[in-house]
Amino acid sequence: MRAFTFEQPGSPQAAAASVAAAGRAGAKFIAGGTNLLDLMKLEVETPSHLIDITRLGLDTIAPTPDGGLRIGAMVRNADLAGDPRVRQRYAVLSRALLSGASGQLRNKATTGGNLLQRTRCDYFYDTARPCNKRMPGSGCSALQGYNRMHAVLGTSEQCIATHPSDMAVAMRLLDAAVETLLPNGAKRVIPIAEFHRLPGTTPHIETSLQAGELITAVTLPPPLPGRHIYRKVRDRASYAFALVSIAAVIDAPDGTVRAARFAFGGVAHQPWRVAAAEAALTNTQLNDSNAHAAADVVLAGARGFGNNDFKIPLLRRTLRAVLVEA
Amino acid sequence: MTPSSKPTKHAAEWSVSRRAMVQAGAALASANAAGLASAQPGAGSAAPPVATAAAAQPPPTMPVTLRVNGQAHALMLDTRTTVLDALREQLGLKGTKKGCDHGQCGACTVLIEGRRINACLTLAVMHDGQEITTIEGLSTGEQLHPMQTAFIKHDGFQCGYCTPGQICSSVGMLAEARMGMPSHVTGDLMAAAGALSDDEIRERMSGNLCRCSAYPNIVAAIREVSGAGS
Repeated sequence: MRAFTFEQPGSPQAAAASVAAAGRAGAKFIAGGTNLLDLMKLEVETPSHLIDITRLGLDTIAPTPDGGLRIGAMVRNADLAGDPRVRQRYAVLSRALLSGASGQLRNKATTGGNLLQRTRCDYFYDTARPCNKRMPGSGCSALQGYNRMHAVLGTSEQCIATHPSDMAVAMRLLDAAVETLLPNGAKRVIPIAEFHRLPGTTPHIETSLQAGELITAVTLPPPLPGRHIYRKVRDRASYAFALVSIAAVIDAPDGTVRAARFAFGGVAHQPWRVAAAEAALTNTQLNDSNAHAAADVVLAGARGFGNNDFKIPLLRRTLRAVLVEA
Repeated sequence: MTPSSKPTKHAAEWSVSRRAMVQAGAALASANAAGLASAQPGAGSAAPPVATAAAAQPPPTMPVTLRVNGQAHALMLDTRTTVLDALREQLGLKGTKKGCDHGQCGACTVLIEGRRINACLTLAVMHDGQEITTIEGLSTGEQLHPMQTAFIKHDGFQCGYCTPGQICSSVGMLAEARMGMPSHVTGDLMAAAGALSDDEIRERMSGNLCRCSAYPNIVAAIREVSGAGS
């Protein structure tokens, strides 16, 4: 690990200003640290200055005036999963969080940090290999390499990495919004759909955050009626990243779909959602043929890279299982 | 450092010269030591040095008070020091084990403010003043913690390397369950957690690996303590 200086600022404002301060090109926020320290030990991340944001508050969950919830950026994954309001009204989010990582990591990892997780692509982690995300312009080792865990949707010639979060898939399904604080003191709200970027020609730029912009909270709109499901397919029964995961809320009390939402994890550089596929299911019966029709829409542009070809039929079958289960 | 080849120099001059060199060297060494001792957290606000100078400077250090098993320890630590390395290398508490050092195996599990975490994936400077409990702090004198007793009774280990992490993790896990925390295998998210099934124990302990695969006996030990607490 490279040496770094460290500070604990007294306010979110001071934290945001500190990253953007002149001469602080290598400054980073640290919250739970479960991903950042892992990457720093391997020198994939080499910050020269760390700003500890875990003692700024930002760690409560509160109702919003419109009937939703406002989740502080420093709320631990375990506390969010276990919050009675989340368990009762946003079960898909609770389920997604509980399917991720281990008990120890969920006790440390935060809501804001979870959104900012880096990919677990082996070539991103291996500093001896080319990686456009780690070293822009060096090439993508995964395209011709061992790409079993990689993306099949929204890929580019520069990067086929996936976003590893389960929580973010449920957040995308729920149309969450990310509240931030800019170094100049301004606040803004970023819809989750616009938060994570596709790789394109700049896979090293993963979110729409600006330098020094601090996530302060994530807000959830009022809860959705219907059955909440998080289905995660992985290589082990526990403590493994998704091959394919699906967050879904299906409102079909008598077998006819009034509203259906589904978002996918493990298949793209961002949590993946296709409005046209959801619309195709509305007012139809939940059966195999309609599930396959919806999967056809989701998978219209899907492309495998050899080792991960299996994810295309796996996504189709998992969606069918989720819809028929509802 | 090669002496001048001029034959006109007197031996006395050389002697003075050499003494001056030694003194200069000693002064440099003192300056380095003073630099180490005077490193303060405020050093973070200084402009970062240029790369060539940084290589020659000692790494940044900070004062930290770690409260471990009820005892406060005032330390001056390299900012990079993890809680795990502080416990083992600074405080000599070798019960907490280093396995993967990347949060994957659970051997380093300790309780901070009563919650189980991976000590390898957190910086000591982020836990100033917080209460840390390690395997050494679970027993009271000769009186073992009930989870330690259960691991011995059920032979919940073979080589024993993962055991301190397994025990600290299971103590933290049962506290979570008592507070109503559900898990991935919990059927009804709103149901009160009673005694944990084996499936629940396995899922909740999935962050602790055992290469000897003593899992059936680990589950039996935890099941016994879980049942006793419900």
